[in-house]
Amino acid sequence: MERKFSELHWTGKVEVEEYLTPSSLAEALEMLNRFRGQARIIAGGTDVVPQLRKGDYSPKALVDITGLTGLSDIETEGNRITLGGLVTHAQVANSPLIQEKARLLSDGCAQVGSPQIRNVATVAGNLVSGQPAADASIPLLALDASVTIVSANGERTVPLCAFFLDVGRTVLDPAREILTRIEFSALGENQGCCYQRLAKRKALTLPMLVCAVKVAVDPLRGTFVDTALALGPVAPIPFRERRAEDFLRGKSISPKVIQDAAAEASAYCSPRDSILRGSCDYRQEMVKVYVRRGLERSLEQAGYTLD
Amino acid sequence: MGDMKLSFKVNGKGVEISPPPGSVLADVLREDLGLTGTKVGCREGECGACTVLLDGVPVNSCLLPARKVAGREVTTIEGLEKQDGTLDRLQQSFMDAGASQCGFCTPGMILTAKALLDKNPNPDEGEIRHALSGVLCRCTGYRKVMQAVLELGRRGESGS
Repeated sequence: MERKFSELHWTGKVEVEEYLTPSSLAEALEMLNRFRGQARIIAGGTDVVPQLRKGDYSPKALVDITGLTGLSDIETEGNRITLGGLVTHAQVANSPLIQEKARLLSDGCAQVGSPQIRNVATVAGNLVSGQPAADASIPLLALDASVTIVSANGERTVPLCAFFLDVGRTVLDPAREILTRIEFSALGENQGCCYQRLAKRKALTLPMLVCAVKVAVDPLRGTFVDTALALGPVAPIPFRERRAEDFLRGKSISPKVIQDAAAEASAYCSPRDSILRGSCDYRQEMVKVYVRRGLERSLEQAGYTLD
Repeated sequence: MGDMKLSFKVNGKGVEISPPPGSVLADVLREDLGLTGTKVGCREGECGACTVLLDGVPVNSCLLPARKVAGREVTTIEGLEKQDGTLDRLQQSFMDAGASQCGFCTPGMILTAKALLDKNPNPDEGEIRHALSGVLCRCTGYRKVMQAVLELGRRGESGS
């Protein structure tokens, strides 16, 4: 269908009455409160700006939280790792700590958009956008991450597996709440992980499939202790493939068991046929391949040799 | 509050303007400051033509709310030329290699390459590919761009 030049999205301006730059969390919350749902949080802006241009939402004000202090660090205490709400994809991708203790996440963050986008886009924003193909969300799901959400009414902590609701929708209301912290456990001994992405190009492209795997093995018994398999975008939200995870729990490690788990995972995926992302059949088949490879590579990383 | 003042530095010079609250840096540079060397391709962050350096780091100016640059330093392609009109060594190297076809992506290519070379004076081919991966060339003239940047790294190494 032919559209007028002026209707093309890229001519769209962002129309807001105010662009606010609070310097503290309390001030930011007060601003959100003052606008009663008519303001929206903006951090890196790489998702919010195009969405505003397309008219997905039209707030009166934008509350830019990038000036808030204390939210830009990657911290570790014991085996827990915390990402502040303003930590960018570039920070995580280049962090020696994350590369060593949660490689699947640094690998995932290194794949988002382009270097320019990763330099400003926040990991918290990747979660809040709630896209099924989000490269940081999927490894964080596999890491059993939890997020801290702050509003004028107080603070709550939500496990990431209960965070996503539908395409572009999460339990967080970006007109009233702020994601301040992401927390997860570092990988320990006898654990391994793997992040894989199937895409048409190596940069500036959304994935057809992302598969994040984490395994914990018992090297003496040769069994899977615990496995996390997170997948996207093969359903409206990124999700954990619990059936295959349950199937593997306690099983003796063998190529046959890995193959069976991969088949199990693929059986319950229902990706849409998509011109951009490939057919349902193709992606179901690729789920099988990526889950198998993901398990094999994670085992290798855990120091376990498959015979 | 649309008349809020915004002060920042562009190519070493301080500016003060009052853009609308929702405006993005690319539009401020092109329309308010007349710096049309910054190109706008997709307005979605998918082409990188609008890349500028913010405190030395490459960002997409089409996605960056102008208010974010308050008090910071922006470098556009116009900022590379020296006062006396001598071109930056990257600009010269792109010319020598013929690393430009239609030219629309060239400012983004040169600025991302500059950010890379400022951190890593002698990058290998993989590092250059990675650093430039956020700028698309629709003429597909990547080979000579690679040559231009590689060549500079080599020259830097030999000290000339």
